[in-house]
Amino acid sequence: MFNLAGYGGPILAGTLTTIELSILTLAVSFLLGLLGASAKLSKSRIAQAVATVYTTIIRGVPDLVLMLLIFYSLQIWLNDLTDAFNLIQFNLDPFTAGVITLGFIYGAYFTETFRGAFMAVPRGQMEAARSLGMRPLLGFRRILFPQMMRYALPGLANNWQVILKATALVSIIGLSDVIKATQDAGKGTFRTFYFSIIAGVVYLVLTTASNAVLLMLTKRYAIGTRKAAL
Amino acid sequence: MIDIIQTYWRAFLYSDGYTMTGVAMTLWLLVASLAIGFCIALPLAIARNSRNPAIWGPVWVYVFIFTGTPLYVQLLIIYTGVYSLSIVQHTHFLNEFFRKGIDCTILAFGLNTGAYTTAIFAGAIRDTNFGEVEAARAIGMSVVTLYRRIIIPGALRRALPVYSNEVILMLHSTTLAFTATVPDILKIANDANSATYESFSAFGVAALLYLCISFTLIFMFRRAERHFLAFLRP
Repeated sequence: MFNLAGYGGPILAGTLTTIELSILTLAVSFLLGLLGASAKLSKSRIAQAVATVYTTIIRGVPDLVLMLLIFYSLQIWLNDLTDAFNLIQFNLDPFTAGVITLGFIYGAYFTETFRGAFMAVPRGQMEAARSLGMRPLLGFRRILFPQMMRYALPGLANNWQVILKATALVSIIGLSDVIKATQDAGKGTFRTFYFSIIAGVVYLVLTTASNAVLLMLTKRYAIGTRKAAL
Repeated sequence: MIDIIQTYWRAFLYSDGYTMTGVAMTLWLLVASLAIGFCIALPLAIARNSRNPAIWGPVWVYVFIFTGTPLYVQLLIIYTGVYSLSIVQHTHFLNEFFRKGIDCTILAFGLNTGAYTTAIFAGAIRDTNFGEVEAARAIGMSVVTLYRRIIIPGALRRALPVYSNEVILMLHSTTLAFTATVPDILKIANDANSATYESFSAFGVAALLYLCISFTLIFMFRRAERHFLAFLRP
């Protein structure tokens, strides 16, 4: 369908890198978000303060600034660390750095999403689980989490779309993702416009496809809820 | 950190001696793109709620494309892509426009935030209470008056909390301008980083500046919400 002038392979590889990066980022920020939300809702003042500082700073600073800040500084800190322990220098590749920084950034957004969702689940649910003799972790896994997901899904869907689009930034710190591949192809063939459009189409396909998946998930987690028939 | 601030404070705040840079440039990018986006969004949001598919269809496509792709890709298409077309290079006006990084940046940012703002405003217009519209019709308002006096003021008020989020996100997006060689805060920080190799301090100063701008904007929107949404207070 498209004439890719032999650049089809790199573009496909770049697309796969973009997808991998998004999914790993999602996993990291999902876990950080759960941790952050638990900290914000915990009784410990220190945990609350740490989580609040985390979400406030991360959400107030642009992701690209944080990415460059963490990407360059992380390597310097790693070098200091390896020097201090007389180890061989360990080089951080852009992929790992991208996952760590994006995960760290979007963990703050997930924290806010999960905090709101946890608060939406009635307090009695967890109390009932505890009264039946469930341990806190089991109660969280069986009772709180499935109900919380119902409220969190719209926010999660939004965050996922933002993460997917934010991976485009990682080519700025040198990752060979779909943007890098299409830009290289454009420079090689002098058809920058055409190949930039291809990058746009790839992203459009990814966001549309994930929308379909998210719609399915929404239906799955809405099992057992009743809507007013209009 | 102190020496970076001492060397670069002027560039970080308003000028490097030749052009507008740093905070001034970032704020200019923000205001210009938001103004363009607002002017695009208001008519398109009304068109989006039309019952005629020939009117709302194109608006849907515009919003779908610009919210479904990353802003960085849009900037690349407009900045490096469009300029590579021979028709652009051989038309005097287009050549002059697309050669400058700042023009392309503001165009891309304006179109991008215009799409998100269209979605926000269209939702707010759709949520207009039917009673308000019926009452306006009952006292004989024309369609234009109905929109000017009833629908648009109400929709803009309801959209304010979501729109403030979009403004903060747009502030964050202006950092992409440095990839098009526009000297905003991040470009200065990047220059400071390349000159001194003190990455944490260079980007840290930029992060603090952005944090201050974010907080100021959030504070201003809180005040605006308290003023314009006063009737919703419990």
